[in-house]
Amino acid sequence: MNLRDIVKILDAKVLVGEDRLDTVVKTAFSADLMSDVLAFAKPGSLIITGLTIHQVVRTASILDAVGLLIVRGKIPGRETLELARELDIPVLSTRYILFETSGRLYAHGIVGCVEKIEKFNCRQ
Amino acid sequence: MDWAYQSSFSIEGGNFENAGKASIEIKKILKNLKISDEILRRTAIVVYESELNIISYADQGVINLSVTGDKILISVDDVGPGIEDIELAMQEGYSTATDRIREMGFGAGMGLLNIKNCSDELQIFSEVNKGTHLSIIINRMERES
Repeated sequence: MNLRDIVKILDAKVLVGEDRLDTVVKTAFSADLMSDVLAFAKPGSLIITGLTIHQVVRTASILDAVGLLIVRGKIPGRETLELARELDIPVLSTRYILFETSGRLYAHGIVGCVEKIEKFNCRQ
Repeated sequence: MDWAYQSSFSIEGGNFENAGKASIEIKKILKNLKISDEILRRTAIVVYESELNIISYADQGVINLSVTGDKILISVDDVGPGIEDIELAMQEGYSTATDRIREMGFGAGMGLLNIKNCSDELQIFSEVNKGTHLSIIINRMERES
């Protein structure tokens, strides 16, 4: 599956990276918490989020993500998109909510970049 | 010691607009030094979390990066409030983040722990009302598994 297939499945808009739609996607990580994306996402994953601030792009770049998929119909501001262009991170936007987006992609064979976390973390 | 690369990056506390800029610059430099992908990613995460910590909590700070044939050394010094209880700060979920930090999707209390997980060695020294020093080593030899 590549980004072009994802655009079709989710009826998504391509905001950045029209020329990068052949990029293959095998795994993904969905979260609105960038702290967790940084701690748990694996390289080469698609990051699915409802956050649109420019920090999402920098986080994706640090992690070598294959792209950003913004959910709930949000369109990031000009600044965020310019940064994505500069750092060469494809950005797609879909109107589906995070749950539906993840579920639809999973049904098409994309899996989580981690299945589950090793252990429960209880704070004393 | 024979350095392959050495440089310092100044980070301004509270400058959220630029958060991550230095880390992306450092990542580019390391990529040119032909650091392997896995080591590059771990180093980038460590530097990024450190940069975010300075911006989120300190007045100012410096990230020093040194690369040798077999190691990447990162030292982070900031001037700021310091950490009162390092053990507590290392616990997952513990955070003193402001709303501003949380709006950006950070401040979930994962930072120091994530730095530790991505490092081979981590030492933290902190003095309340003065600042915090992190000393981090990442071996260029890949981990097993």
